[in-house]
Amino acid sequence: MAEYIIKNGFVFDPTQGIKGDKADIAVKDGKIVKSTEVSSKAKTIDASGKTVMAGAVEIHAHIAGPKVNEGRNYRPEDKLFTYRPKSASSRMAGGFSIPTTFKTGYEYARMGYTTAMEAAMPPLYARHVHEEIKDTPIIDEGAYPVFGNNWFVLEYLKNKEIENTCAYISWLLEASKGYAVKVVNPGGTEAWGWGLNCLTIDDPVPYFDITPREIVTGLIEANEALGLPHSVHIHQNSLGNPGNYTVTLDTLKLAEGFKAKNKFGREQVLHSTHLQFHSYGGDSWANFESKSKEVMDYVNKQKNITVDTGCVTLDETTTMTADGPFEHHLTELNHLKWANVDVELETAAGIVPYIYSPDIKVCEIQWAIGLELALMAKDPMRCFITTDHPNAGPFTRYPRIIKWLMSAEARKKQIESFKHSAKMVEATHIAGIDRELSLYEIAQMTRAGPAKSLGLSHQYGGLAPGMDADIVVYDFNPEKPHKPEDIEKAFSAAAYVMKTGVPVVINGEIVSNGNKRTLWVKAKVNENPQVMRDIRDKFLRYYSVTQANYDVSSHFVPNPHVIEVDATH
Amino acid sequence: MSKSVTDVICPFCGTLCDDLEVIVSDDGKKIEDIYNACAIGAEKFMHAQAPERVKRPRMQQPDGSYKEVSYDEAVEYTARMLFNAKKPLMYGWSSTSCEAQSVGHEIAEKVGAIVDNTATVCHGTTLIAVQDVGIPSCTLGEIKNRADRIIFWGCNPCHAHPRHQSRYSVFPRGFFTNKGHMNRKVIVVDPRVTDTAKLADYHYQVEQGRDYELLSAFRVALRNEPLPETVAGIPREKIIEGAEVMKSGRFGIIFFGMGVTQSLSKNHNIDNAIMLTKDLNEFTKFSIMAMRGHYNVTGSGQVLGWQFGYPFSVDLSRGFARYNPGETSSNDLLRRGEVDAVFVLGSDPGAHFPISSVKKIAELPSVCVDPHITPTSEISKLHVPVAFVGVEVGGNCYRMDNVPIEARKVVDPPEGVLTDVEFLTRVNARLDQLMGGK
Repeated sequence: MAEYIIKNGFVFDPTQGIKGDKADIAVKDGKIVKSTEVSSKAKTIDASGKTVMAGAVEIHAHIAGPKVNEGRNYRPEDKLFTYRPKSASSRMAGGFSIPTTFKTGYEYARMGYTTAMEAAMPPLYARHVHEEIKDTPIIDEGAYPVFGNNWFVLEYLKNKEIENTCAYISWLLEASKGYAVKVVNPGGTEAWGWGLNCLTIDDPVPYFDITPREIVTGLIEANEALGLPHSVHIHQNSLGNPGNYTVTLDTLKLAEGFKAKNKFGREQVLHSTHLQFHSYGGDSWANFESKSKEVMDYVNKQKNITVDTGCVTLDETTTMTADGPFEHHLTELNHLKWANVDVELETAAGIVPYIYSPDIKVCEIQWAIGLELALMAKDPMRCFITTDHPNAGPFTRYPRIIKWLMSAEARKKQIESFKHSAKMVEATHIAGIDRELSLYEIAQMTRAGPAKSLGLSHQYGGLAPGMDADIVVYDFNPEKPHKPEDIEKAFSAAAYVMKTGVPVVINGEIVSNGNKRTLWVKAKVNENPQVMRDIRDKFLRYYSVTQANYDVSSHFVPNPHVIEVDATH
Repeated sequence: MSKSVTDVICPFCGTLCDDLEVIVSDDGKKIEDIYNACAIGAEKFMHAQAPERVKRPRMQQPDGSYKEVSYDEAVEYTARMLFNAKKPLMYGWSSTSCEAQSVGHEIAEKVGAIVDNTATVCHGTTLIAVQDVGIPSCTLGEIKNRADRIIFWGCNPCHAHPRHQSRYSVFPRGFFTNKGHMNRKVIVVDPRVTDTAKLADYHYQVEQGRDYELLSAFRVALRNEPLPETVAGIPREKIIEGAEVMKSGRFGIIFFGMGVTQSLSKNHNIDNAIMLTKDLNEFTKFSIMAMRGHYNVTGSGQVLGWQFGYPFSVDLSRGFARYNPGETSSNDLLRRGEVDAVFVLGSDPGAHFPISSVKKIAELPSVCVDPHITPTSEISKLHVPVAFVGVEVGGNCYRMDNVPIEARKVVDPPEGVLTDVEFLTRVNARLDQLMGGK
C-alpha cells in the first residue's frame, strides 16, 4: 500500500497532547506510523500553514434506516436546489436535512468526518439500516439498536434478571449487527403503543409494570457486565418539554455508583445524547428558559457520564426519533405532516418537519442552550458537538457551530440578528459567556472525545502511530488573524482528507469512495438456554417474521469491522 | 429422498409471508410441494417448473415471430438501446430484489433514464398523499398483538392478499389480543359485497367514487358536528355508529387499496383517510397502511428513496434527480411520446397500462426482462428470461409495512439462465465500455 507523509502542518491531537505544534504525520498501509518508518518514496502532502487533525467521529446522527428514508420520501421539497450531478468518482447526490446516502457519505467526508454512528436502529428494520450503510460511501459506520422499550428487556429487568438481559443484548447485537445499547424514551415508547407516554423516570410502563428508572439502571448494569465498547446511550424521557431539566438530572443521577468496566479505555457508564433538548426550564412556552447551567454543573462534576449537545442550527429541518409520543406532540404544536411507525415488540418512530426560525423566541433560546452546553463544559473530552442530525439541524452545519463556539463575535452577531434578542438574552446565559473554544478543544469535542466514549480511541480520533490513518487537513492557519467566517469556510470543505490511508477528498472535492467499513460488536456470553427459548417463543407467538428470517446476513455487511468482547466469565 | 426448505419467503404479494415450506427433490432441481402458501403463492413456485418456460432470450422478428438469441446478444442490444436513447424509460422493479434495483439505478444514472415502478398505477397516489400530510402507521406485528379495530377500505384481502387476515389482521392471537378474531371488530368499506365484506362486522356499501365524502363524514361524526341524513349512500346513524366503533377501540388500523387510490379523487381520498387516522389519535391509538401489491414494490420505493430521494417517477435524464408525477410518470411520458426506448423489468405494463401507452411501447425499441411470457414480453423487441427472485435466487424485499425480509433461493435456475442482477451487471459493464469509447 501507498506511503504518505503530511508535512509541516499545525497538528492538533488530544491523544498525544499536541496543541498546534508543527509536525509531520506519516502513513503506511492505512495506519499512522513514525516518520522514520516510511521510505523516501512516500508521497508528500504539503500542509504548511494549514491545520491537521484526525478524522472526526460522529457519535449520534440519524443517517440510515427506515425513518430517515421515510423522511426523504415524504419530503420531496427537501431536495429543492440541492442536487449535484455525478462526477467521475461520485454519484449524483441531493437533499438538505435528509440527504441521500451518497450525499451523506460525501458531505461527512468533505467536512473531515471519517466515522459516523447511526443513532437508532429498530432491530426489525436492521437489514434496511445496513442496506443504506452499504450505500453510504467513504465513512466507517455503526448503528445502535434500540433496547429501551424492547419487550424482552422490559420483562427481564422487571424481574431483575441482568444475566438474561446480557444474553439477550449479545444475541440482538449479533442478529442486527449493532454497535451499542441505545435507549430512547425508556418505557415511554412502549406506552405509545397505546397512545400514552412516560414523562418522568418513575412513570410505570403500562402492562409491563416497570419504570424508566429500572430500565436505565438495569441496562447500565448489563452493559458493564458485558464490557461493551460504548456505554448505554440514552435519549431521556420528556424530551423537548419546558421544565424537563429535572427529569434530565434524575436520569443522569442513575449513573452514580456505577463504574465503567471494559477493555477499551472507556470511562463513562452513560452517554446522554442531544442534551440541548433536555435542558429546559419554565413550565410553558411563555416562560421557557435555559437550564444549561444546572445540567452542566452536574455533568462537570459527575465524571462517569459523557454528553453530546444537539445544537440548533436555525434551519428548516426534519425531526425524527424513536420517541414516538414526542413526534405526535410536535405535530400537535406545529401542525406539519406527521409520520409514525410502531414496531412490534421493540420500539416506534415518528417524523415531523420543523423550522427553527430566528424569528421565534423558543427557537432562539434553543439555539443558545445548545451552544451553552459546549461552552460550559469543563472537560471537552466528555462533551461532544452534535446536531442530533437532522433533529436540531443538518450535520452539514457543523462548521457553523464550530464558528459559533470558537468566536464570541460570531455569537454576538447572531444574537443581535434575532427578532427577540432581548427576551432571549434574559432567558439564557449565552450573552454572558465570553469563552472561545480553541482548535485543540474542538479536536477533543469532535475527535478524541467521541472516539474514547465509543471505546474506539485505539483506532480513531487521534494521530498517534498505530492508529487508523484517518487524517484531515483544513486550510486554516491558526497563527494568522482570521475572521469568524474563515473558520466556517475551512471546516466546510477540507483541503485534504485521508480515510484509512486512502485520499478521499482533495480541495473539498471527492476523489475516491474509499474503503468503507461497518462496525459491529460481537459480545460472547455463556450459553443461556432460557433466553434462547424465550426468543424462540416470542418469534413463534408475537413477531410477524420467523426467527430464521430475522438475522441480518453477512451479505448486508460486505466489509465488516467486528469488535469482539468476551463476557463468558 | 426429498428435502424440505423452511422459512421460505413468498415472492408474490406485499404480505410477503415468510413461513413457507418447500419440498424439493434430492438433486435440488425440482420443487415437489409447497406448504403454508396461498393458492397464488404456490402457483408462483410451481410456475418456475413449467416445461414450456422460456430459457433463452428471444428477439422479435419483423414478421412477429421470435428468434432465440444468446445472452451476449441480449446484453449488447439492451446496452446499445439504452446508450443510443436520449430519454429511456426504465419501468417495473416491483417484482425483483433490491440488489437488482440498485444495479438498475446505476445504469439509469449513467444513461439518463426515468426510473418508475408500479406505484405509478397503484399506490403512487398514496405516496403523494403521504408527502402532503404524513402517515401514522405501524408494523403488521403491532396489528397482530394490539389491534382490536380493523378497517378494510377499498381493498379485498380475501383475494388480493389471501393470508393477510390470518397472519396479521383479523384472526391471529397476539400478545394483547389473545382471543384472536373475538377481540376484534372488522369494518369493510366497499361498494361491492366482496368476500372480505362478508366476514365483516360492519359493511359500509359506499356509493362508488364517494369515499372522500364518507371519510369526511366520519371526521365530522368524531367531532360531534351535524351530518346530513345520508352521506355517500350511508345513513347518518350508521356513520355515527361507525365513528363510535373506531373511537372505542384500544388500537385501530385502516388498510386501504386500489378502491380508493385509483378511483375518483385519488390522492385526495388518501389524504382524507390519513387525516381521519390522525383525528382518531386524539381519542385512541390508530394507524393506517397501504395494501401494497407486488412483493417488492415497497422496496423499489425504499431504494429509490435512499439513492435519489423520491419513491417513484424519478427522472434522471437531466443529470440530477427530478420528481414530478404527471410529468415524470410512465403513462404520461409514454402517451406524450417523450421517451424513445423502454426497458421493463419485474412488472407487466402490457397487462396493466392503458392501451394508448401499450401501443407506444410496441412502437419503440424495447426490452422486457421477465421469467414469464407476459403481454409485455409479447410486444417488446427483446424478451430476456431470468431466474425467479425468491425461488431460484435470493435478495432483499420489503413488505407492505416496509419491513425488509431477505428472500431465499430454493432451487437452481435452469442451466444457463441469468439472474436479474447478473443480467443488469453485464449491461452495466457493457455500457461502461460504450461510454468509455465516446
